[in-house]
Amino acid sequence: MDWIVAHFAELVFFYLAAIAVVGAGCVVIFRSPINAALALLCTFLAIAGIFVLAHAELLAAVQVLVYAGGIMVLFLFAIMLVNVRALPQQPQFMRRLVPAAAVAGLLLAGLLVVAMWRVGQGPLADPATLTTAEGALVGNTQAVAWSLFMQYLLPFEVVSIVLLVAIIGAIVLGRKETAEEGA
Amino acid sequence: MIPTSYYLVLSLVLFCIGVVGMVVRRNFITVLMCVELILNAANLNFVAFAQKLGDLTGQVFPIFIISIAAAEAAIGLGIIIALVRLKGTVNLDQVNVMEG
Repeated sequence: MDWIVAHFAELVFFYLAAIAVVGAGCVVIFRSPINAALALLCTFLAIAGIFVLAHAELLAAVQVLVYAGGIMVLFLFAIMLVNVRALPQQPQFMRRLVPAAAVAGLLLAGLLVVAMWRVGQGPLADPATLTTAEGALVGNTQAVAWSLFMQYLLPFEVVSIVLLVAIIGAIVLGRKETAEEGA
Repeated sequence: MIPTSYYLVLSLVLFCIGVVGMVVRRNFITVLMCVELILNAANLNFVAFAQKLGDLTGQVFPIFIISIAAAEAAIGLGIIIALVRLKGTVNLDQVNVMEG
C-alpha cells in the first residue's frame, strides 16, 4: 500500500502511456478511418493527462481543446464528406514497404535510445523552479503567457499569419469550381 | 516525480508507430493521422525537457507546434476533399501523376 502511494504518479503515467500506445497502434492497424480517428482521440486524451503529470497544465487544456476538440472534428468531417464506404475497397497496407518501415523504425529507435541514454542521467529540476527568466510567477498559464507574449512574440505573430494562409488555402482547395469560372 | 527517460521512451514509441504507419498505410486520411501522432511525440519531448531543465520555453513551443498541426490538418483535409472530387479515391498509390 505504501509502495502504491509512493509511486502513484508513476502508476498513473504507465496507465496513460499504455492507453496512448495502444491507441496509436490501433490508428495504424484499424481498417476503417472512423475507428482510427476514435483511437487517435484516445491517444490525444491520454497525452493530455501526461502533460498534467509533467506540470504542463495549460498545454493539457490546449491539447484537449485544439486536438480532441478541433482537429479530430475536422478529421471526422472529412471522413464523412469523403464517404469512405462508397470508395472502391482495396488492400490497406503497402506490403512491399513493410520491411522498409521496419528498418526505418529500428534505426530511429536506435538513434533515440542513444540520445536518451545520454540525457537520462542527471537530476530533475524542481517543478517549483519551472519559471521564465523574468522570475517566479503564479500558475502555469501565467508563466507560459509571459514567455509567449514577451520572449516569443514574433513567432506568435508569424503563426497567426501561417494560420491565415492555411485557412485561405483550405477554402480554395475545398471549394467547388463554378461554371462561369471554368476549369 | 517521473524520470525524464520515461517520457522519452513513450515519445519514442509514439514516434516510431507514427513513422511506420505513415510509410505502410495507403489511406491518405490515416497517413495524416500518423503525422499528428508524430507531432504529439515531439510535443511530449518538449514538455519532458521543460520539466527536466526547469525552463518554460519547452512549454511554449508545443503551442506553436499545435497551431502548425491544426493548419496542416486543415490543408491536408482540404487536399483530401479535392482529391476525392478529382480522382474518386483516397488511396495514395493511385495518386501517382502530378498533372490533374
